[in-house]
Amino acid sequence: MPVIASHLHAWRRNPNPWLGPATLALLAGCNPAQSVLHPAGEDAAEIARLFWVMAVGAVVIWAVVFGAAVFAIVSRRKPTTERGADLVVLFGGVVFPTVTLGALLAYGLTLLPDWGPGEPPDLRVHVEAEQYWWRVRIEGPDGAMIETANEVVLPAGAEVDFHLTSPDVIHSFWIPPLGGKMDTIPGRENVLRLRPTTPGLYRGICAEFCGASHAFMAFEARVVPPEDFTAYLAAQAEPASGDASAFVAAGCGGCHTVRGVVELGATGPDLTHFASRATIAGILDNTSEILREWIAHPVAFKPDARMPSYDMLTDDQMDAILAFLGGLK
Amino acid sequence: MADAAAHGHDHHDERGFFTRWFMSTNHKDIGILYLFTSGFVGFIAVAFTVYMRLELKDPGVQYMCQEGIRLISDGVCAPNGHVWNVIVTAHGILMMFFVVIPALFGGFGNYFMPLHIGAPDMAFPRMNNLSFWLYVSGASLAILSVVVPGGNGQLGSGVGWVLYPPLSTSEQGFSMDLAIFAVHLSGASSILGAINMITTFLNMRAPGMTLFKVPLFAWSIFVTAWLILLALPVLAGAITMLLTDRNFGTTFFQPEGGGDPILYQHILWFFGHPEVYIIVLPGFGIISHVIATFSKKPIFGYLPMVWALIAIGGLGFVVWAHHMYTVGMSLSQQTYFMLATMVIAVPTGVKIFSWIATMWGGSIEFKTPMLWAFGFLFLFTLGGVTGIVLSQAAIDRAYHDTYYVVAHFHYVMSLGAVFAIFAGTYFWIGKMSGRQYPERLGQIHFWMMFIGSNLTFFPQHFLGRQGMPRRYIDYPDGFALWNEVSTWGAFLSFASFLLFIYIVFYTIRSGKPVTENNYWNEHADTLEWTLPSPPPEHTFETLPKREDWDRSHAH
Repeated sequence: MPVIASHLHAWRRNPNPWLGPATLALLAGCNPAQSVLHPAGEDAAEIARLFWVMAVGAVVIWAVVFGAAVFAIVSRRKPTTERGADLVVLFGGVVFPTVTLGALLAYGLTLLPDWGPGEPPDLRVHVEAEQYWWRVRIEGPDGAMIETANEVVLPAGAEVDFHLTSPDVIHSFWIPPLGGKMDTIPGRENVLRLRPTTPGLYRGICAEFCGASHAFMAFEARVVPPEDFTAYLAAQAEPASGDASAFVAAGCGGCHTVRGVVELGATGPDLTHFASRATIAGILDNTSEILREWIAHPVAFKPDARMPSYDMLTDDQMDAILAFLGGLK
Repeated sequence: MADAAAHGHDHHDERGFFTRWFMSTNHKDIGILYLFTSGFVGFIAVAFTVYMRLELKDPGVQYMCQEGIRLISDGVCAPNGHVWNVIVTAHGILMMFFVVIPALFGGFGNYFMPLHIGAPDMAFPRMNNLSFWLYVSGASLAILSVVVPGGNGQLGSGVGWVLYPPLSTSEQGFSMDLAIFAVHLSGASSILGAINMITTFLNMRAPGMTLFKVPLFAWSIFVTAWLILLALPVLAGAITMLLTDRNFGTTFFQPEGGGDPILYQHILWFFGHPEVYIIVLPGFGIISHVIATFSKKPIFGYLPMVWALIAIGGLGFVVWAHHMYTVGMSLSQQTYFMLATMVIAVPTGVKIFSWIATMWGGSIEFKTPMLWAFGFLFLFTLGGVTGIVLSQAAIDRAYHDTYYVVAHFHYVMSLGAVFAIFAGTYFWIGKMSGRQYPERLGQIHFWMMFIGSNLTFFPQHFLGRQGMPRRYIDYPDGFALWNEVSTWGAFLSFASFLLFIYIVFYTIRSGKPVTENNYWNEHADTLEWTLPSPPPEHTFETLPKREDWDRSHAH
C-alpha cells in the first residue's frame, strides 16, 4: 500500500495560498478554505454575525452566573434574609434568562432563513451525495444538465439553490465559508440556498456521519466571477474526445461516463472533463503519478470506496489510461 | 437519631461471597455492583476515547491503519475509517447506556434513594437483581459487538451511537444486531429499575414523609425514573424497527419501500433528549446535598428545586427536534423548537441560583466532594451557555455535527454527570465502605480531572468554530494545534482516572476507618447519616422516626 500523506490535496498542507497556518493570535486559528470564521457568502456572514451576538450574550450570561457563584463563596456578608435570597433566585433564575433569551430568540428568528418557496434562484445545482463522493449536476441556462463530480463551481453574487439528495445513506452538504449545512437524505430532496460573494477556492465537506470514508468525502468549491462561470459552463457542456481504448478495455467505462467517448455506466463519477479538476476524488492532488496510485489502490485513500483496485493493470495499460484521462481537459 | 441505626449492629453478615454478590436482592449491594460494573465499562469507554484522541493528535492517520491498528506509528498507514467508526460508536453506546445511567441511577439511586426515604429495601428486591443482571448482559453484548464480524469485512459496527438508518440498516455482519440487542437489554433493565424506583418512592416513604419532604436526591431519582419509563420504550420501538428493517425486509426507514429515515431521527431524539436529563438529573440531586453539606446550610429553596426538577423532566420531552435543525424542517417547526429549548433555561436557572443562594453566606469547606460540586457548577453553566448559542437554528446550521457540539454536550452531559458521580463517590465512599478516602489525593484527582477535561474540551469549541466536523478520523493541517492540545488534555484526564481507581481501592483496603455515623456535619441531614458506616445488611427494619429526618421547625 502506498504512503498516502504526501499525496493528499493541497488543502491538507500548510504552505498554500488559501490555507494559512493556525495562528495563536486568532484564538480559533485560521483555515479559510474550510472555515466558518472567514465568511465568503451571505449566509455564512449572517451566521457569523449572529454567532458573535450569541457568543457575547453567552459570555455575559456565564460571567454573571459564575461570578454570582464565586461571589457567594467569597462573600463575607452573613446570610441575607430569606426574602433577599428568594429575590436572587427569582431574578437570576426566571427574569434574567427570560429577558436575555427572549431578546436573543427574537434576534435569531429574524435571521432564520425561510426554506419555503421564495424568489426563483439565479442558478440551480443538483447534488447527490453518495458513499463517498459528490455527483453534481448544474442546470444550464437552457435547462440542460451538465454533470460533473467532486467539484462545485459557482458564480459570485448569484443566488444558488442546491437540490440535495442521496441514493444510499444520509450525508450532509456543507461549504463552511459559504453558509450553513443541509442534510442529503435518501427519499427526500432538501433545498439549500446560498449566495457566495467572494471568489476563491473553498473546501466542501460531508458533515453527517456516513461510513468509513466520512472524513474523506470532500469536494472543491470554487467561486468565480460571473463571466468566468459562463465560460466554465460552456466548457463543461462540451463533449470530450480521445483514445479511450485502454480505458474501455479495463472496464472503466462500466461505471464512469466520459461524454462523447464512453457512455455506458454512470455508477461512478462522471469523468468528462476530469483533467480540468483540481482534485482526484475530492481529496488528492490531480497529478498523473498520484492518479496512478489512486487507480491501483482507491481503498488505501478512501476506505470502503466502491471502486475496485486496479493493481493488476500492466504499466502499458496504466500509461494509456493515464494519457487518456490527462487529456480530458 | 442513633436509635434508627442501633439494631443491625450486632447482626453479622453471614452470606458467602457468591450469595452476597451474585444473588443479591439487597438494594445496597446491588448499588455497589452497579457502581463497580459501570466503573469497569467506563474504563473501556474511556480507553476508547484516549485511543481516538491519540489518533487525532496529529493530522493524517498514524495508528488506525488498514495494515493493522497500532499504538506506535511506523510511518506506513492507509486510514482504516471503519476501526475509527467502530470506536466512536462503541464509546457513545457504552457511555450513554452502560456507564453514566447505571452509575447514577442504578448505583447511587439504588443505594441511597431507599435510605433517603427510610425504606428497608426496594419495593421489588428480586426485580432489582434482574435489572442489574440484564444490565450486565447488555453491557457484555455491547462490548462483544465491537469484536464480532461487522461492516466493511471487518469487526464491529461503525454507525454512530444514534444508529441512524440507512447507515445502520445497511451495515453488514451481525455486530449491529448485537449492538441493538444490547440497547434493548439496557432499556429493559432501566425500565424495570424505573418501575422499582417509582413504586418504592411512592409507597415506602417513612411515616410522615410527605412527597414534598423527600430529600432532593430521592426526588431526582423519582423524576429520572419517570423519564426512563416514558422515554426508553420509545427507543426500544425505534431500534426494533431497525432490527426488522435489517433482518426481515420491513421498510420503516427505507425510502424505496415507502419509509423515511427522518422518522427514525424523530423517534430516536424523542427518547434522546430526555436521555440527557436521565443522565444529569440524579447528578443535580447529588450536587444539592453536597453543596448544602459543605456550605453548612440547609438547601435553599427546596420547593422550587423540586418543581424545577419536574419542569426540566417535562420540558425534556418537547424539544427533541433541536437535534435535527439540518434535516430540512419548516420555519415554524424550527421556531417552535428554538422557543421550547430556550424555556429550559428557566428551571435550570432556578436550580443554579438556588445552589448559589445556598452557598451564599455559608461557611464553605472545600473538601473533595465540594470541589467536585463546584467543578460541576463551572462546567455545567459553561456547557449551558454554549447550548444557548446552539439553540439558535440559524447558528446550528453552521455548528451542527461539528466539534462545537461535541464540546457542548461533553460539558453539560458528560462532564456534568461525571463530576456529579465523583462528587457522590467522595461524599459517600466513607458511608459505603466504612473507610474514608485520602483527602489530599482526592483533591489532586479533582484538579487533574478539572484541568484535563477543560483542556480536552474547551479547544474543541475552537475546532467547531473553525469548521471541523465530528466523527472525523483525519483533518486538514489548519486544525492541528487545538487537536493536539485537546489530546494532551485527554491524556491528563486519563491519568486522573487511573489515580481515581487507585484511590478507590486504597480507600477500601486501607483508608482510615470511619467511626462516626455522620462524618461531615449536621447539614448532611438525610437518613443515611443516622446509620453506621458501612450500614448493616438490613436497614430501617424498624421505620425511622420523624425526628430522624425532619429538621424543619414546622412541627
